[in-house]
Amino acid sequence: MTDIAVTPPRESALAALIKHSRYVIGENPVTGFAFALFILIVLAAILGPHIVPYDPLASDTSESLKPPNIHHWFGTDQLGRDIFSRVVVATRLDFFIAIASVALVFLMGGLAGVAAGFFGGWTDRIVGRIADTIMAFPLFVLAMGIVAALGNTVQNIIIATAIVNFPLYARIARAEANIRREAGFVEAARLSGNSDWRILSFQILPNVFPILVVQMSLTMGYAILNAAGLSFIGLGVRPPTPEWGIMVAEGATFMVSGEWWNAFFPGTALMVAVFCFNLLGDGLRDMVDPRRRT
Amino acid sequence: MLSLILKRLAMAIPSLIGVVIVTFLLTRALPGDPAAYFAGPAATPQAIQEVRVKLGLDKPLIEQFGHYVVDLVHGNLGTSLTTGQPVATELKNRLPASAELTLLGLLVSIVIAVPLGILAATKPNSLIDHSCRVIATLGVSLPVFFTGLILVYVFYYLLGWAPAPLGRLDVFFTDPPHITGFFLIDSLLAGQPDLFMAALKQLFLPALTLAIFSLAPIARMTRASMLSVLSSDFVRTARASGLSTYTIIITYAFRNAMLPVITTLGMVFSFLLGANVLVEKVFAWPGIGSYAVEALLASDFAPVQGFVLTMAVMYVMLNLSIDILYGLIDPRVRLEA
Repeated sequence: MTDIAVTPPRESALAALIKHSRYVIGENPVTGFAFALFILIVLAAILGPHIVPYDPLASDTSESLKPPNIHHWFGTDQLGRDIFSRVVVATRLDFFIAIASVALVFLMGGLAGVAAGFFGGWTDRIVGRIADTIMAFPLFVLAMGIVAALGNTVQNIIIATAIVNFPLYARIARAEANIRREAGFVEAARLSGNSDWRILSFQILPNVFPILVVQMSLTMGYAILNAAGLSFIGLGVRPPTPEWGIMVAEGATFMVSGEWWNAFFPGTALMVAVFCFNLLGDGLRDMVDPRRRT
Repeated sequence: MLSLILKRLAMAIPSLIGVVIVTFLLTRALPGDPAAYFAGPAATPQAIQEVRVKLGLDKPLIEQFGHYVVDLVHGNLGTSLTTGQPVATELKNRLPASAELTLLGLLVSIVIAVPLGILAATKPNSLIDHSCRVIATLGVSLPVFFTGLILVYVFYYLLGWAPAPLGRLDVFFTDPPHITGFFLIDSLLAGQPDLFMAALKQLFLPALTLAIFSLAPIARMTRASMLSVLSSDFVRTARASGLSTYTIIITYAFRNAMLPVITTLGMVFSFLLGANVLVEKVFAWPGIGSYAVEALLASDFAPVQGFVLTMAVMYVMLNLSIDILYGLIDPRVRLEA
């Protein structure tokens, strides 16, 4: 009896992922750069409060409004707080707001959209009408109104940012679910006696998932901008909590008298984070859907 | 054409109804008891009850909604708690300042972005193409309030070219007679060129901030749409017939490429109206955005509600006019309708 050809050992999922990531980063150095930046941001968000040289809330009036120097890399603000420490510590809050709002809209918009695309009919009409109504508002203005109505808290900033992004997710999920509704594998699942809900959860959702994940990384940048914009006008985060938007707002008054570092460093941190997420999102999209490469 | 306009108007009505419902629901979502809120912190339970009856909050939700709609039809948006003025009047007085700023910002943006996009598309992979891409990516990543502050620092503090970022006119000037509410136009109509220059100086930086912000999508769309038109059959035919490059690009390609760009303007407006709020805050611009922000911070809800409603209605109307404009420019849309 001849032996069956030995199948090569399957690569573990992790090894395959590492290999694939290395390939993608090698293909596109910009994505690699964005990924490195992303790791840096994540590290700052996790380790931030433990690695900064000064307490972000400790004021020292003898050191107030000092330009960047060897002790205070980003200078100090009007209360003598170290801006470098504040910028690094703020990463966690800004990152958290963005992640939380994107995860929330992923759940709401993704599920509503998939249901609309799969069931059609009334579900589709209701979801479509909700999305259209949200789209009828200028998005930032609607976010302002929602925060004003629900109350001025960080939690509501997250909810407002999620609601404002709802139409985008719902539409993408709807379109993707709709084209798969009559697909062969769905028909097969239906013929073998699966219920609608089972097909939705085990056939449709896993297929729509990667496309929505790309959308998540593309909207992360917008979510950070939206949240920072809201806190810039004084919503959500309260001083003295370090947060990029509010730090730019506090530094704004010093811009006209020449103390640029107050607003410049938190603003730059914000910009770099958004830039990183946009590049990363573009890179991920190229991986999942090379046709839409620009 | 008329049928197109009517059809499009009919499509705008559900959006408007949705907008009115959402702004109504936003007031009902106020944390706590709206009556206690409107009566003020020192109110007795009796006073709160009076306010509740006066505001009609003791009635069923549907009936309240009916009253809200009736008020809206009469142009009544409620009264601001902090200033005691009717919200509709204040919004009307401040709207020209915001409109002048937003429109000038958009104009500057189009003037820069469209030629940039065309140049990038006609010379792919050239220096101008790459710089177009960098500008587009940077423009999307820049927080609009941060751009504004950097511009203030460079042009006001360092160079001294721009006036202090404090409103529409320097304190030494008085407002031009109110005709359109746009200072640039009114000062010219009144024959005061120095006033025109003063207003333009104040407007320049905030408008530039908005322009930088909206540059990216317009330039990107112009480039993409020009690229696809330039590779189409009719452009190839025009080239083969020996027409000059200028005629091909401007007469044939540009006019066709502008259609998707006009569609993008709708999306650009959504962002622009939001960014306007932030820019008004940076430059102490006395528009409806800073009015809403002040009211928001004072927990004065009627102005915020009026502001959200006004912005949404303006946005629906803008989209409507963009669609109609599209029909006017492109005969194919008219035939379909």
